[in-house]
Amino acid sequence: MIKIVKYILLDILRNKIVLAYTIFLFAITFCVFSLEDNAEKGLLTLLNLILFIVPLVSIIFSTIYIYNSSEFIELLVSQPIKRKSIWLSLFTGLAGALSLAFIIGAGIPLLIYVRSVTGLMMIVNGVLISVIFASLAMVAAVRTRDKAKGIGFSILLWLFFSLVYDGLVLFLLFQFSDYPLEKAMIIISALNPIDLGRILILLKMDVSALMGYTGAVFKEFYGTEKGLFVSFSVMILWILLPLLYSLRKFNRKDL
Amino acid sequence: MKKASWILCCGILYSTTLNAKTIKVGPHQEIADITTGLQKLSNGDTLIAEGGTYHEKNLVVDKSIVLIGINHPVLDGENKYENISVKADWVTVDGFTINNSGISSTVDYAGLKIYNRHNVTIRNNIFNDCFFGIYSQNCTNCTIKNNQLSAHQVQEQRSGNGIHCWKCDTMQIIGNTISGHRDGIYFEFVTHSIIWRNLSNGNLRYGLHFMFSSHDTYAVNIFENNGAGVSVMFSNHVHMFHNSFRENWGDGSYGLLLKEISDSYIDGNIFERNTSGIFMEGGSRIEMYKNTFRGNGWALKIQASCMDIKLKNNNFLGNTFDVGTNGSLVLNTFDYNYWDKYEGYDLNKDKIGDVPYRPVSMYSMIVEKNPPAMMLFHSLITTLLDKSEKVIPSLTPENLKDNHPLMKPLQL
Amino acid sequence: MIEAISISKKFGKLKALNNVSIVTGSGQSIALVGPNGCGKTTLIKCILGMVVPDSGTIKLKSESIATGWKYRSIIGYMPQVGRYPDQMKIGQVMDMLTDIRQSPSSIDEDLIKAFSLKGLYNKRMGTLSGGTMQKVSASIAFLFNPEILILDEPTAGLDPVASEALKEKIAAEKQKGKLFLITSHILSELEELATHIVYMQDGVIMLYKTMEALKVDTGENKLSRAIAQLMTKPAP
Repeated sequence: MIKIVKYILLDILRNKIVLAYTIFLFAITFCVFSLEDNAEKGLLTLLNLILFIVPLVSIIFSTIYIYNSSEFIELLVSQPIKRKSIWLSLFTGLAGALSLAFIIGAGIPLLIYVRSVTGLMMIVNGVLISVIFASLAMVAAVRTRDKAKGIGFSILLWLFFSLVYDGLVLFLLFQFSDYPLEKAMIIISALNPIDLGRILILLKMDVSALMGYTGAVFKEFYGTEKGLFVSFSVMILWILLPLLYSLRKFNRKDL
Repeated sequence: MKKASWILCCGILYSTTLNAKTIKVGPHQEIADITTGLQKLSNGDTLIAEGGTYHEKNLVVDKSIVLIGINHPVLDGENKYENISVKADWVTVDGFTINNSGISSTVDYAGLKIYNRHNVTIRNNIFNDCFFGIYSQNCTNCTIKNNQLSAHQVQEQRSGNGIHCWKCDTMQIIGNTISGHRDGIYFEFVTHSIIWRNLSNGNLRYGLHFMFSSHDTYAVNIFENNGAGVSVMFSNHVHMFHNSFRENWGDGSYGLLLKEISDSYIDGNIFERNTSGIFMEGGSRIEMYKNTFRGNGWALKIQASCMDIKLKNNNFLGNTFDVGTNGSLVLNTFDYNYWDKYEGYDLNKDKIGDVPYRPVSMYSMIVEKNPPAMMLFHSLITTLLDKSEKVIPSLTPENLKDNHPLMKPLQL
Repeated sequence: MIEAISISKKFGKLKALNNVSIVTGSGQSIALVGPNGCGKTTLIKCILGMVVPDSGTIKLKSESIATGWKYRSIIGYMPQVGRYPDQMKIGQVMDMLTDIRQSPSSIDEDLIKAFSLKGLYNKRMGTLSGGTMQKVSASIAFLFNPEILILDEPTAGLDPVASEALKEKIAAEKQKGKLFLITSHILSELEELATHIVYMQDGVIMLYKTMEALKVDTGENKLSRAIAQLMTKPAP
């Protein structure tokens, strides 16, 4: 399996899109920190960018890559290799390349400009979100043979997590505004990896003071070691569940 | 004629100094302690204390005399006593170090307390770790000037206020530095007084706590990094000029908390990096000119219970939210302010934007109505909502707008 | 060696395989023939594990392939249309497969030599012509000296010289007692290579006989004629 990962990783890294993505992240992060006089504001701008761009690029690139590798997958499937290893290698290659791109593109400037827990939190979350959306891409790509449909589905997934979900939350908040929802919000926030990442980063920043009572409730939960452990476990689940689902599908897929 | 009056003046001065007596106390003098020294003095005399430590227990000044410390002699309250009790008019205490007053939950011990007097001057003293620093009750025309007060308590209950004035009139609080107390400066029922050029930072609760006090002015003070900022409540005719309210960051912290204030002026102040620059509740007839709000969470939270608040020529720079409010009825006016978030244009080049600016964002309205929505802070949907609200306003109060937003920040 | 028992596979409404059973032994060379869309390729892909049948079992050397994957090390497969990563060079594909398989049995580079592929090792797969691609596929199928060879339309797109080289190779390997499963539309070439013939139509095996038996039954000497006769006959 390690050998297959090696070949996939090499192939992805040769791909110009990943290189462009890395340079893009690098340029944006550097720009943000050199334009904003204060690192905290730079972090906020970066937070918005990361939560917008990283999931989008991760899921779309991964989906397209999987479709483009269908020949490669077919070639390997006729060889004495477990389907599981092929699929997991593909995922590992994608997740590894995207994480690497994020760490080099955004992580290095972050480490240079903000050597703080917040910066570290941002890198960890950025990597986790890259991996989670690569995992979601596996689901999108395994569901249908039609490339256009698959990419469409992955865009929908991205739209759901970055926009629609929050819209639904807002709707629910107004529907149930007579009830104390702060505690429920903790669970609701954990069900969307983008929200979870955003809250974890915000709580490490000064701006969390603006979040009032909700922020305090969040801090009481996520601020503890237990809360941090739970939230990272949830993130890991967000990687594993889509991946295992797609693996099950792939094992029964006709090529 | 001029010469004659000069001679007359000198003559009067000479005659008074002639009658007045000055004695020195200290470790190297005949009289070693201040209490003994005081007994030998009468009204109008002067006592000079040399450097050293004095254990006077509770020093009661009941004659109108001048007490001067050379090289800041230390009066130690041993955490048991009130160091100095002023119980006469026309007393001056100058140049002492006053340490470790008593701490109690039933008695308001202070480093120095003025009891129902007038024309007392407290200046150039250093107060370390006193429960209350300078406590004036029922005083008139007293001056508290250039003192340094610091305390290091952690709990609010174990700490008193730095400069505490209760039921006073014509007080002058000038050039003091206060840190680590409960409230830096505390005013209750104080009228016709001035608080000028003080620095109040790192106090546990408020930098300035101001209640039921009317016709007062505070100007050119710096209130920095206090637990909850500055609170001005239940007062009228208050003038707040050229103060800095900075770094009051945290949950429930305000640069300036205004509650039930009327007929007041807030001009030329700087509000920088506070959770809320100003939080205003139940205010009326307040005029705010030429203030700068920079880098606050909310620059201004103005509750619907406020009316007749006028904001003109203020700068709003780099605040997360410019204005927050909790109702749709707005009886306040915003005009000719500079807002860095303004995206309008100026076709006729008169440096005033051609379309009004709405300082209340949709998201801040949502949060005001539904606090758990704070969960969506900095999410994509809130950004989109704010943008769409800018194009077609629906939820934000219709008449909360600046009809003449400035295109460039004012030079303040 | 291969035992496929009542295999059924549906693609949507289309029944690609309908209760197909076939048993083969080593040393056989089976020609899979039938009209387009009769299920030949699907059957091959089922054996290779690329298509998962809806029902039925396939055993290879008495071991079910449903759970295993190692069995594929004794199969060499040449697909109808070879699809390879465009970015990779021929040499890299060969190296990668060798690297992944780590086959203990000797590497058989006869075909690579016969097709003189070594000279093209630096060409990217994306730039290859259909014929060259077929050469690569054929070389890969024989590369690891497998016991079973499944060739899907092996000579389609090959020039006569290459086609002849491949047929010679097949004949040589057949002599070593290997099992061949070949589909083709060119019946004349199957005549030379096949010992058995399987005729499929609409997902059903209509006929599974030795070549001799077929010729005797139909009274035709040529395979093409015999098959033509079968095809015109209505299904029983």
